[in-house]
Amino acid sequence: MRTVRLTTLCGYRRMAVTSRLAIGASVLLLLILTSAAVSLSLGPVSIPVTHVASIALSSLGFDTAGFGNTERLVIEQIRLPRILVGAVVGVALGVAGATMQGLFRNPMADPGIIGVSAGGALGAVVAIATGMAGLFFLALPAFAFIGAMAASFLVYGIAAVGGRFSMATLLLAGVAVNAFLGAIVSAIIILLPDNEALREILFWLAGGLDSRSWEHVRISAPLILGGAAVIMLMARDLNLLMLGDDEARSMGVRVGMARVILLAAAALVTGAAVAVSGTIAFVGLVTPHILRLLIGPDHRVLIPMSALGGAVFVTVADTVARTIIQPAEFRVGILTAFVGAPFFILLLIRNKRQVYSL
Amino acid sequence: MNSDRPQALSAEGLSYSVGAQTLLDNVRLHAERGQFVGIIGPNGAGKSTLLRALSGMLRQQDGAVLLEGTDLRSMSSKDVAASMALVPQIAPYTHGFTSFELVLMGRYPHLGRFQIEGREDNRITRDAMRQTDTERFTDRTLDTLSGGERQRVFVSRALAQQPRILLLDEPTSNLDVFHQLKVLDLVRQLVNEGLTAVAAIHDLHMAARYCDRLVLLSSGRVLAEGTPEEVLTPKTIEAAFGVRCAVYRDPVAGSLAISLIGPADADTPPAEKVPAITQGVEP
Repeated sequence: MRTVRLTTLCGYRRMAVTSRLAIGASVLLLLILTSAAVSLSLGPVSIPVTHVASIALSSLGFDTAGFGNTERLVIEQIRLPRILVGAVVGVALGVAGATMQGLFRNPMADPGIIGVSAGGALGAVVAIATGMAGLFFLALPAFAFIGAMAASFLVYGIAAVGGRFSMATLLLAGVAVNAFLGAIVSAIIILLPDNEALREILFWLAGGLDSRSWEHVRISAPLILGGAAVIMLMARDLNLLMLGDDEARSMGVRVGMARVILLAAAALVTGAAVAVSGTIAFVGLVTPHILRLLIGPDHRVLIPMSALGGAVFVTVADTVARTIIQPAEFRVGILTAFVGAPFFILLLIRNKRQVYSL
Repeated sequence: MNSDRPQALSAEGLSYSVGAQTLLDNVRLHAERGQFVGIIGPNGAGKSTLLRALSGMLRQQDGAVLLEGTDLRSMSSKDVAASMALVPQIAPYTHGFTSFELVLMGRYPHLGRFQIEGREDNRITRDAMRQTDTERFTDRTLDTLSGGERQRVFVSRALAQQPRILLLDEPTSNLDVFHQLKVLDLVRQLVNEGLTAVAAIHDLHMAARYCDRLVLLSSGRVLAEGTPEEVLTPKTIEAAFGVRCAVYRDPVAGSLAISLIGPADADTPPAEKVPAITQGVEP
């Protein structure tokens, strides 16, 4: 890929971590702001970008005019919270994906690998099928989060049984628990008499960000940003863990402890993301891959870049999803897989060696 | 050897078994500060296992390893890594890290959780790469290097740890003769400057040439221990390796050399009866 050579040419990987972070973060933040501005202006009510800017400035305390109150309401109460939920979900998936790929030393790893997504799905399905979701508004995210956490504890518990923890067992336990929980979800769907609930379940399973509110931002953002910060502090340990347990140990890493903290933090952020958005496919797998090709495998840079990259990915995908077939809406989870998968295949073909070499 | 010199690394009564198989059996090893100790022995004798035990990686072992007098088990892994570095035998898979990034990882035990590598760490990293002649690989990812080049980068990483004790597991096994000499010369030079080195070495000639003391392992036991002259005798070599040989002083290099006669079975004459070679041996 030409871009890879570009970063090599200007000596990016030789720069100090702080410079690499500053450059990468500036580029990605610019992308986030641009896509957010575009996203805020697009929709059933089209709002010119200049109005968006005025509204933004006015919320920051500047005295601006030139926009209607409806426009302001649409932006503040509908589009902005949705974009923010999408962005933090993207942060969660990007960070968790990079962490899992590093921990498993495996390019196939994605945030759902330790059962979090399947557990979240089961929690959500139970909330919908039992009617709890209709009773009070936060029941669904709460159930999904509890399901996600329970599933990851179960998977970790299986891998740690007998006091001898093994990453291979963790991977296989994840596969088994995913299949098992998936079977329960399928059984519930088939046995469900209520068509409305069925539709709601399928809708949730496809992953989406429709009608997300400030409440969703409030419940997910602290967990996700907190978990991402913990992972960020462990980035150097993750680098060493990638070289093998013995290597990491001989360099002074407390391997068992580091791994538990990283797994728990990744499960936490993924669980929080699944709770507010369902399972948005492919973001966690693809984002770290693309960034690794550009900036290298150093997790001290890769983790924060994957956070921002994931946010860009979900924001753009959701904007397209909700505007492409207006007045109807496409699900962002379908779109990320629909666009992400072919792109990923293209990447695999063009960079076979590098992608494989993770 | 002066036994009053402080012990940098010592092991007493080290035993380790996996299932019914005993990998280390009551092993004793002492490395004084500023000594180069070689661990030699046939395949499967327990050389790598002993190095793992010395580095504190084996948890369920009997006996104790003392690092400058302190039991390894009472130290944090970071404190151990700040004083002792290990060069692995097989360089692990490196996932697209560049040589510089890898060597910089050696600074890990010296950095706090909230600390970022600074100018000083970069300088130490570059110095470490200069010492192993790997500066020109700075920006190259490790998967583009040859086995020997990778091994030298890993030696650099151990040096970037700025250890007082250096453990090396077969440091020359992937290297051509030029780089074997370069790496061992470097270790020897660092030892002369005060570092303590313990290395598992396959090649008896190299071990005899560079080490102050040798520990000969066979089936997990110490068969002989002492200076190269004390350890490398036709008798001990036959006992450990099952080969008949003659030991003589190489007139060119000045160190001990071994001439292999053959496997120790009936057809091979004992070493004493090979006059052409043994004549050269000095007492």
